[in-house]
Amino acid sequence: MGQAITVTVNGEKRSAEVEPRLLLVHFIRERLRLTGTHIGCDTTHCGACTVLVDGTPVKSCTMLAVQADGQQVTTVEGLVAGGVLHPIQAAFKEEHGLQCGFCTPGMMLTSIALLKDNQDPSDDEIRWALSGNICRCTGYMNIVKAVKSAAVQMKAAAEVPAATAAARS
Amino acid sequence: MLPAPFEYHAPRSVDEALDLLDQFGDEGKVLAGGQSLIPLLKLRFASPGHLVDINKIKDLDFIEERDGTLRIGPLFRHKAAERSSLLASRYHVMADAAPQIADPIIRNRGTIAGSVAHADPSGDWGTVLLAMDADLILRSKKGTRTVKARDFFSGPFSTALEPTEILSEIRIPTAKPMTGGSYLKLERKVGDFATVAVAVHLVMDDGKVGSAGIGLTAVGPQNLKAEKAEASLKGARLDDAAIKQAAALAAEAADPKADHRGSVEYKRNVVRVFTERGLKRAYERARGGG
Repeated sequence: MGQAITVTVNGEKRSAEVEPRLLLVHFIRERLRLTGTHIGCDTTHCGACTVLVDGTPVKSCTMLAVQADGQQVTTVEGLVAGGVLHPIQAAFKEEHGLQCGFCTPGMMLTSIALLKDNQDPSDDEIRWALSGNICRCTGYMNIVKAVKSAAVQMKAAAEVPAATAAARS
Repeated sequence: MLPAPFEYHAPRSVDEALDLLDQFGDEGKVLAGGQSLIPLLKLRFASPGHLVDINKIKDLDFIEERDGTLRIGPLFRHKAAERSSLLASRYHVMADAAPQIADPIIRNRGTIAGSVAHADPSGDWGTVLLAMDADLILRSKKGTRTVKARDFFSGPFSTALEPTEILSEIRIPTAKPMTGGSYLKLERKVGDFATVAVAVHLVMDDGKVGSAGIGLTAVGPQNLKAEKAEASLKGARLDDAAIKQAAALAAEAADPKADHRGSVEYKRNVVRVFTERGLKRAYERARGGG
């Protein structure tokens, strides 16, 4: 009944035997014990369980673990690098982009995908991109502020090495 | 929530997928984007014995214009439609609909063909294809057949698609010059199903209506094609009187049910208003505006 899968989760290859009906979110939370990915509505509405699959935001309650075989999954636990918060995490902290924090992992992962496509999003573009992620504390103002702040940080960080390279040549 | 047990298959070619479907018959189900099917499995409204996941098959994610036909593959996703410059420039009704499907995360995975095969009466793409007079190519191990969109839907979640078939391609006549379209959708919030939506696909010919396609969402047991309204416009000058008449006929074609989203009268009136607005917007676009 079990099916062997290998999924690269936060850069690390994880192999397991799973039932085909196992949802990706349960694989992440219960098999890998990565409980930063939350189950909110369990009905594809709220976006709390959002993870990145090959860089694209996906509701992990609406994908089978077997479908992720051979793919790259990023969860909130994969955002910290070398003990340093990802700029989106730092910005959510700095701008109070969370209240209870339940929706936050999904919000941040969706925001990362947005900022990859659009380095300088407007408020409207941020709200549009996050419209599949629900914050039931309704703390949207600071979430939008946090994403904008992260955009500025990430753009500046991307420009520094480029400027250094230009100065050298 | 956990789906009932099933066996999972991830074929690498369409032929392999068709072999599997042929073998499983009623127990087989195609999994494309899964954004409707997986929720159904979780709620146990559906419990097929075998899932045939087509996501590992190469070359099914395409959109192209060839031989006078716009062709859309089974894994062409809502997000790609939303970003398609081809659709934005020449197939307005599709470009309008794409960003109004569900929410951005669902659009990353969900597919147009999957949504059409799922045939939710509140789904959007079926209505769009009805307005565009699309052909649906249904392929099984035994062969290939073509079904018009208007003959495809037979009731709530019911279509001409056999369990052994894959909706292998959607074909739409290439947009002629002077084509315009629009998709207007009323929804209570992002991600909710439509209260009402109206698709318009208009082809002008020498100052008159060459053809007008009008589709209606969420106002009947299936996506509806407002055929009387369409016929009333053929060959007509698109003046206010013609638009009003077509809108009234579209409202008559609607067969809504009262629910928490609105009364019968309200929904029928939204059909009328959206048909008027949609025709005007499509006409503007056909003439090269907005």
